Amino acid sequence: MSKRIVIHEEHCIGCRLCEVHCLVQHSSSKDIIKAYGGEHSHLMPRLTVEEDGPLSFALQCRQCEEPSCVEACVSGAMHRDPLTGMIMCDEERCVGCWMCIMVCPAGAIQQNLLGTKIASKCDLCYGAELPACVAHCPNEALTFDDVAEKGAGS
Amino acid sequence: MRAVIVGNSATAVGAIEALRAVNQSAKVLVVSEESHLIYSRPLLSHYLGGEIDQVRLAYRPSDFYTRHEVTPILETRATGIDTAGRRLLTQDGNSIAYDKLLIATGGTPILPPMPGIDTQGVFSFTRRSDVESILTYLEAHGGKEAVVVGGGMIGIKATDALIKRGIRVTMIELAPRILGVALDSTASRLMTRLLEEAGVRVLTGNTVTEIHSRDGRVHSVTLREGGTIRCDLMILGIGVRPNTELVEDSDIRVNRGIVVDEYMRTSAPDVYAAGDVAEAYDLVVDMNRTVAIWPNAYRQGAIAGAHMVGIETPDAGGVAMNAIEVHGVPAISVGNSNLEDEPGHEFLTDLDERNHRYKRLVLKDNRLVGVTLVGHINRAGIYTGLIRHKIDVGASRSALMSEQFGLLSLPDRYRKHVVTGEGIEV
Ligand SMILES: Cc1cc2nc3c(=O)[nH]c(=O)nc-3n(C[C@H](O)[C@H](O)[C@H](O)COP(=O)(O)OP(=O)(O)OC[C@H]3O[C@@H](n4cnc5c(N)ncnc54)[C@H](O)[C@@H]3O)c2cc1C
Repeated sequence: MSKRIVIHEEHCIGCRLCEVHCLVQHSSSKDIIKAYGGEHSHLMPRLTVEEDGPLSFALQCRQCEEPSCVEACVSGAMHRDPLTGMIMCDEERCVGCWMCIMVCPAGAIQQNLLGTKIASKCDLCYGAELPACVAHCPNEALTFDDVAEKGAGS
Repeated sequence: MRAVIVGNSATAVGAIEALRAVNQSAKVLVVSEESHLIYSRPLLSHYLGGEIDQVRLAYRPSDFYTRHEVTPILETRATGIDTAGRRLLTQDGNSIAYDKLLIATGGTPILPPMPGIDTQGVFSFTRRSDVESILTYLEAHGGKEAVVVGGGMIGIKATDALIKRGIRVTMIELAPRILGVALDSTASRLMTRLLEEAGVRVLTGNTVTEIHSRDGRVHSVTLREGGTIRCDLMILGIGVRPNTELVEDSDIRVNRGIVVDEYMRTSAPDVYAAGDVAEAYDLVVDMNRTVAIWPNAYRQGAIAGAHMVGIETPDAGGVAMNAIEVHGVPAISVGNSNLEDEPGHEFLTDLDERNHRYKRLVLKDNRLVGVTLVGHINRAGIYTGLIRHKIDVGASRSALMSEQFGLLSLPDRYRKHVVTGEGIEV
């Protein structure tokens, strides 16, 4: 068992607070005003909100059991953290070749071209008790639950 | 149990990590003719281009071997296999006993028969030592103009690196268009234009017939279609062919590559082959073939490594794919992306030539079999997933080409599978 972000699309109201707080969490100031002020220029949310009429949901890395991104990564940046078992991108090693974007079945990795060219993905707010998107979702459309090991990359 | 791996690259790492995930007792040895510990071959162009240093060239941290309890045997060339006696023969006349053997010898650069190919300043581009030789050569002699032979992935990556070093490149490709294995003529034209915008001269339908030297170093080349080109440096980046030399005198079955089954087993007992050297299953073309790409090498290595210690996970097959970048514009191609006017296929295209943007989907029987994206590549992997899982996209066809394409464009059950990881009940 390990903790995963579970998406409940039927509860998502498309408010995008998850996006806002994801960005703030990954800013150095962790301050909403500063993050959206000066710092904003090189930050981007690590999740994607999809919307089509009444249906919407926030999507972040699915933590696949057999991650295609790790298999395809030529730099060794994409890896399974030996401590937490989570799929992480070591941004210091990433060269922005986009092999991971080519293979992620959920489309959950994005180009970050704002600073040094790197692949940007959810890191489950490494070190935090609860991922910011989950913590700030007003409608429990995102929850952080114990789930049996499985993922999309099967 | 003693597992021996020949070759110390993507395939070997895939095998080691899969093996050690389930087994701590096996003895694992890796034999490599190169003198370096594991490094990333695809990053060689980034290294040549000065974007990364030697430390970042490493594909795994330096404690990889100790952490996985692997004994690397470097600078040692394997010369043959005694399949009956289960021994790997090495160039120093010794041999290494194995219970399981993985042949992960990768590819050898294709070197066309050109008079003068041994001239100083002519390099191949597949190994770390090639790049180090190029860097040493440039340091000693300088260099403003280069000729790159080959307009495929390796030639493009070499060219991109030389551009970043401020060297002017003439690229010479034998086929009518560059990247013809991966791209249709429109995408190929876009990439050609981008190269030209970066100052590269692109010559197609042409090749070098002679290499000329001055003071013992390369000075110019003669072209088949007439004329000569000045150059201080020449890189042969045509591509690789399966490096099957090791098994040539054995009873192991070889076609173009070493023939393997879904567990990467060769025709000899307890001998596996995987990666660039192997002819494994390609699920898009529905047959076994060699596809020299990193993800396939890693995955096939993992299947072999697991099987060596009793975990039987059959390979679902690979998909040919690549991601490249020219002049800052990325391009991704997956599957049968280069098909043109093929009967029984449908082509959906969206071209914005001015902004270097192109999207092209190839469908067959309502299933996606090929994708090309130039310029805008985010979410490309969703298409790859559709190809891999052979999902019927008949109902969501119009959404496939939409700017908003995402998981919401997918058939419900497949979307649920991607989002939750639950099985697809089709
Ligand atoms: C310049 C370049 C750029 C590339 N870029 C990309 C890219 O962007 N994306 C991508 O997907 N793929 C890319 N590739 C292809 C990718 O590098 C290969 O698919 C991958 O390296 C294959 O791994 P492998 O382990 O099968 O073999 P290799 O990486 O070829 O390794 C085989 C190793 O075995 C050793 N060896 C061979 N024979 C013997 C012997 N008899 N005894 C001892 N050792 C031996 C060799 O010296 C070599 O070190 C690129 C290739 C090159 C050359």
